[in-house]
Amino acid sequence: MPAIVSRLLEKPWIWAYVAAILVWIVTISFTAGQGAGQVLTAAFTFATFFVIVAIGQMFVITLGPGNVDLSIPATMTLAGTVATKIMDTQDSMILIGLALAIGVGIGVGIFNYALIRLLRIPPIIATLSSSFIFQSAAIAYNRGLRIKPPPILADFTTSVVAGIPVLAICVIGLAVLMHVVLNRTVYGRSVIAIGQNPRGAWLAGIPVDATRFATYVMCAVFAALCGYLFSGFSGGAALNMGQEYLLSSIAVVVIGGTSVAGGFANVPGLWGAALFLFLLVTMLNTLGLGAGYRLVMTGLIIIGVITIAGGQKSSR
Amino acid sequence: MTGKSMTGRSMTGGSVSGALVSPRLMRSILPALSLTVILIAIFYLQPRAMSYFGLNLLLNLAVPIALATIAQMFVLCVNDLDLSIGSYVSFCACIAATWLNDTPLLGVAALLGCIAVYAALGALIHLRNLPSIVVTLGMSFVWAGLAVLLLPTPGGKAPEWIRAVMTLKTPYVPFSILAAIAIAMIVHFALMRTAYGAVLRGAGGNPRSVARAGWSLLKVKMTMFALAGLFGALSGLALVGLTTSADANIALRYTLLSIAGAILGGSEFVGGRISPVGAVIGAITLALTGSFLSFLRISPDWQIGAQGAILIIVLALRAVINRAEARH
Repeated sequence: MPAIVSRLLEKPWIWAYVAAILVWIVTISFTAGQGAGQVLTAAFTFATFFVIVAIGQMFVITLGPGNVDLSIPATMTLAGTVATKIMDTQDSMILIGLALAIGVGIGVGIFNYALIRLLRIPPIIATLSSSFIFQSAAIAYNRGLRIKPPPILADFTTSVVAGIPVLAICVIGLAVLMHVVLNRTVYGRSVIAIGQNPRGAWLAGIPVDATRFATYVMCAVFAALCGYLFSGFSGGAALNMGQEYLLSSIAVVVIGGTSVAGGFANVPGLWGAALFLFLLVTMLNTLGLGAGYRLVMTGLIIIGVITIAGGQKSSR
Repeated sequence: MTGKSMTGRSMTGGSVSGALVSPRLMRSILPALSLTVILIAIFYLQPRAMSYFGLNLLLNLAVPIALATIAQMFVLCVNDLDLSIGSYVSFCACIAATWLNDTPLLGVAALLGCIAVYAALGALIHLRNLPSIVVTLGMSFVWAGLAVLLLPTPGGKAPEWIRAVMTLKTPYVPFSILAAIAIAMIVHFALMRTAYGAVLRGAGGNPRSVARAGWSLLKVKMTMFALAGLFGALSGLALVGLTTSADANIALRYTLLSIAGAILGGSEFVGGRISPVGAVIGAITLALTGSFLSFLRISPDWQIGAQGAILIIVLALRAVINRAEARH
């Protein structure tokens, strides 16, 4: 038994879960156990969307220093807007809408990587400038009109079975799949290798460009997928729907134990961190703190977690 | 990786002779060139802008943006990134519009406290080897929260003396232009022309050799972050002097603007390559793009998109120049 415990403690992602459970316990002890289940259901519901975008962001960040995708919010908005407008509340169009959303994601990814590779613009600035364009495109396309999602899509994204959201189950499956992709496929290991030493990876014959290209496209596709599902969940695409995902996607990745310097990633931590972030806000709400205190506490706890969990081991 | 190879390139690039215009020169004047192009375009579209009053109106908001961009540049110089500068500037603006106006002593103490917090962040990031993106991300929540606590609803009042400074009517040349030049010159002199400035930049370029030479990297990092805090605070003061009141979200977009402005001005993300003059020019260029686009009568829907496109074009030009330089 202690062996298992000590092995668990060595995992970089364990702290996210420990923190999530602690926060949950504080919350339910404050309400004397009332609503413990509902809180968890809500946490899984919202964490699901964080995890979808964070998986893509994690692969991008793992590519090495400077790699980050800031266009996630705009991509979500654009994909959600296009999909809901084309689907036009008709159930028969759900799959076409999904295909369109994914198409938007692929297009965004290709555009982003073209800026990074062909124009040699640093990824932070490249994805930032392109996000301005996508955001404008979303505004111009629909002028902020909110079209309801098709009923079946809305039902699917909001359905709960035995206290667990159906979507969360799907995304847990997705996370398991991406865990295997990261650790057991040539592609996943290429991403890690490039993050640890791009030149070494190149010398070893890894197709660095193709891998980076695939990663940026994948990240954009996940963002688009999240935008599609979230607009189904929240009753239509809103122009600011991606806003909080910009900083949260990075926070979830890092609190989950993935190295910001790249080269070390893990998928399980994403769920822990996403649950933690949501439960944290719930706890502060339950404690009856105002918006100001809530923000300050959130910030301090993010810094506290990263300080205690320790920075990455010095890579130099 | 790219940072190192580029530094190597620039060293050989300088000795190249025979080219009509050396790529190195081209790169250093690119920020100024983009500013000139955008100014000419504005004057062409709106000749009335070519006056004392017109320029003053156009460039008014450039001063706080330039200060925030300089703040970001200090952090970039030591290979870090500050994602909290927007909410920090907002918070400083809130302090200026409340405490600094009502009880000046408390206001000054609070602003000094903010700068101390920035220095402490630099120390924390250095000592624990933490990713600056995450720490400043967390701080962006903290500053935003503090701003909401201090000023729950938009309001407050700018202290008279800040207002007087920011609306100063200088002869011949508008105050905003003089202020921008002064900021660029002071920071340029301090960072590029003094011995300790070279150490500060060296800590971004090659930390190990700076440490071997006996300089404390901890002190360097704390100094740079404290300077970022100082210029962020100045940006908040300048902003509140122009808007006369503050609110908690007043400068949130400065985070992205300051990063874009610094990069536009020729700074790099790694390697301690920075340019204070470029940063100020980059910030002014960004501030002017908005006016330029509205003079063009571009639909408001596409305004931010066009801003992104302009950013991409300038950076693409720089990539072309860099490649030409590598070929020499």
